[in-house]
Amino acid sequence: MLEIAGLDVHRGPSHVLRALSLDVPAGRITALIGANGAGKTTTLMAVSGLLAARAGRITLHADDRRHELTRLRPDEIVALGVAHCPEGRQVFASLTVEENLMIGAYHRRDRTAVASDRERMIDLFPVLGERSGQWAGSLSGGEQMMLAIGRALMARPRVLLLDEPSLGLAPNLVERIFATIREIAAEGITVLLVEQNAGAALELADRAHVIETGSVSRSGSGPELLRDPRVKDAYLGLAGGAHHAGGTA
Amino acid sequence: MSVSTGLGALVLAAGTLLSLWLPGHLDAYLLTLACLILLNVMLAVSLQVTNGLTGLFSLGHPAFMTVGAYLAAILTYPARRKGFMMPELPAVLAGAEWPLLPALLVGALGAGLVALVVGVAVLRLRGHYLAVATLGLIVIVRVVTNNLDGWTRGGLGLSGVPRLTELWMVWLATGLTVVLAWRLKHASAGRAMMAIRENEMAARCMGIDAFALKLTAFVAGAVLAGIAGALTVHLISVITPGSYGIPLAFNLVVMIVVGGLGSITGAVLAAVALSLLSEGLRPVEESLGLYGLSQLLMALLLIVVLRLRPKGLFGSAEPAASRSS
Amino acid sequence: MSGYHLQQLINGVMLGSLYALVAIGFSMIYGIVRLINFAHGDVMMLGAFATLGLVAAGVPWPLVFLFVIAVGALAGITIERAIFRPMRGAPQVSGFIATLAVAIAIQNAMLMTVSGQPRNFMFPDLLRARVALGPANVGAIDLVIILVSVAVCAALVFLARHSRVGIAMRATADNLQAARLVGIPVDRTIMLAFAIGSAIAALAGLLWGGRFGQIDPLMGFQPGLKAFVACVIGGVGSITGAMLGGYLLGIAEVMFVGLLPPALAGYRDAFVFLLLIVVLLVMPNGLLGRSEEERA
Repeated sequence: MLEIAGLDVHRGPSHVLRALSLDVPAGRITALIGANGAGKTTTLMAVSGLLAARAGRITLHADDRRHELTRLRPDEIVALGVAHCPEGRQVFASLTVEENLMIGAYHRRDRTAVASDRERMIDLFPVLGERSGQWAGSLSGGEQMMLAIGRALMARPRVLLLDEPSLGLAPNLVERIFATIREIAAEGITVLLVEQNAGAALELADRAHVIETGSVSRSGSGPELLRDPRVKDAYLGLAGGAHHAGGTA
Repeated sequence: MSVSTGLGALVLAAGTLLSLWLPGHLDAYLLTLACLILLNVMLAVSLQVTNGLTGLFSLGHPAFMTVGAYLAAILTYPARRKGFMMPELPAVLAGAEWPLLPALLVGALGAGLVALVVGVAVLRLRGHYLAVATLGLIVIVRVVTNNLDGWTRGGLGLSGVPRLTELWMVWLATGLTVVLAWRLKHASAGRAMMAIRENEMAARCMGIDAFALKLTAFVAGAVLAGIAGALTVHLISVITPGSYGIPLAFNLVVMIVVGGLGSITGAVLAAVALSLLSEGLRPVEESLGLYGLSQLLMALLLIVVLRLRPKGLFGSAEPAASRSS
Repeated sequence: MSGYHLQQLINGVMLGSLYALVAIGFSMIYGIVRLINFAHGDVMMLGAFATLGLVAAGVPWPLVFLFVIAVGALAGITIERAIFRPMRGAPQVSGFIATLAVAIAIQNAMLMTVSGQPRNFMFPDLLRARVALGPANVGAIDLVIILVSVAVCAALVFLARHSRVGIAMRATADNLQAARLVGIPVDRTIMLAFAIGSAIAALAGLLWGGRFGQIDPLMGFQPGLKAFVACVIGGVGSITGAMLGGYLLGIAEVMFVGLLPPALAGYRDAFVFLLLIVVLLVMPNGLLGRSEEERA
């Protein structure tokens, strides 16, 4: 679905991604794990067009065509079906919950389908229906996360980029969000997930890549990496750390 | 005493001697021009303390100059002509005909007081609020001086202010301003001001009383502007409510941005260069009837500098300086 | 209410209508780029001069309105492309120094081309008629100004609330990066905000010239500053607040002149900016604004 090859990205003075290459297979959950500052978020921002690449390619395979994302603007990338749910949620605090959801469908013209998607979001996250007239800024952290995911799904994406969905949430909420991610993938949406909470991410993911200092150091299926002793040492901490909401850094 | 301080004192002393000797040997136009350039340097450097070091954005210098100039001029004005020019002055002032120095101090004090009141109101807010409030202050001061015509002769302006300003006074005032700004910048208070400029929250977390320092920088700038205003009016002997207005505020901003926000060397050089430029353009404007040309060029220069070299000539640094100290 | 007081009130509402028109665009632009546009009042001035030129060229009035709006939009787009877009991401101080430079550049370019001499500005006879309104006697132009202002403000508030573009503008103002991520073309959205806000300012310039009869290249600076005062009163960044602040400021200014002893009348502009300082001191978030950490 998504193919990243030899990607180089700088942020200000620092060279964050160095020849990063990885594949994101269609309809699966792919997780990126790694330490703080390794380049996980930067990878997602490059895919969605927020950061420019100095070198390398990001190719989206869709409708039997290859789209070179590094040449497109963020709004064109969204229109191709890549939705990015950013770190720290970033809902529009001064807009209502309803407006936040509807703005997720900004590029769509199919009004009836948008309306039915809105109903589906309310089914998925009933709390968003209850609070539809409130300022998004007045929601709790967990509710904002649901809103951010709902807003991204309103774009009807083929690929959903999820950045740290568990960050700062209570453990029971984390489990609900992860269950939702599984449902989303089951509907055929390709998910690229960035997580500090490596254990939980690997349990969820079909495939995973470990990012170290800007490039992929190991890849494998979720269970393979869970068993990998070096991954265990570096990112999983002691046994039982898998569901630790604060993650391991 | 560091080398640079010693050097500074030497330059100041030599310059004072020169400025005592020059008036007898230079024609009046060049003498006045030299004074005006020095005054621009004084204004730019004092604004650098407020805007450059502390990161405030005041445009109020012309207002403080006007306050200082009118106060001082009222005090030094020949008593025998006051009844005619300023009929509503209270008796104490009507009879006063002070020498320049105490009048200068009163002017400075008045400007400082105005800054104190405005500063307390506005400095808690960030950036552009101060910019607009100080622009508003220019309007307020102009309106007040215009309407208090029994004291200021209103829109007609006050002419015949005694020409008491001498080159050496301007030199000393400018020199002391530069020395003061320099020492402040390299003292702990100056470093604290620059910390506020870079990140006020972080500065406050380190225990810096940001509000007090901002107020100090703002009032200090205003006091110096008041002195500069008083010196100017006693140099050219005329003032109207609009003499120092928004164009001047803008020119001073151009000087400190082109020189590099926070750089005293930059402010001095830019003030000299831009004063010469606009003086040089004046005959062009007059002969071609293109009034506004020099302001237009200033504005375009500023835009070019902001886009191509946003840190100005020197950034916040002092080239050829602190290395020796 | 006596005829005199009614007359004063109508004058105040008329002046407030003009301030509201300038302030509402100012607030739109501020809201979306978080920068004061010092040149906003000068766009108003350009609108007034465009009107003068078009009328002199014999263009019929309805077309003049359309052209002036287009001139304003074009000026706004140019300012955005030349200054605001390249300065996006630069420190805030550099940003508003740059907009101040644009203001000074526009003023002086106009001074050089049309000179500082005030020009007379003539509206058709129809608009110079006077209408009896109860005990008061009101200029037709005053009523036009009030009606245009109310209509434009209402349309803009509705647009911002309910239209797709309006919601996109608010989203962009709220969080630029998130707006990019939901697929809003933010560059185009920001440009549109400049175009609309500046078009309204130019329209205000047309009305301003028609009401006060004289225009000059420096006429825009004070209304521009007063628009900021109106925004501060209403709450910076809120369109409804800017409108409300504009009306309140206009009424307060006229009341100040009309109800206080004539000796104080000359102080009216000083009163406006004193009001700014007092409002900043006692309620920095204005009437409708929400607090913003950068102002706290």
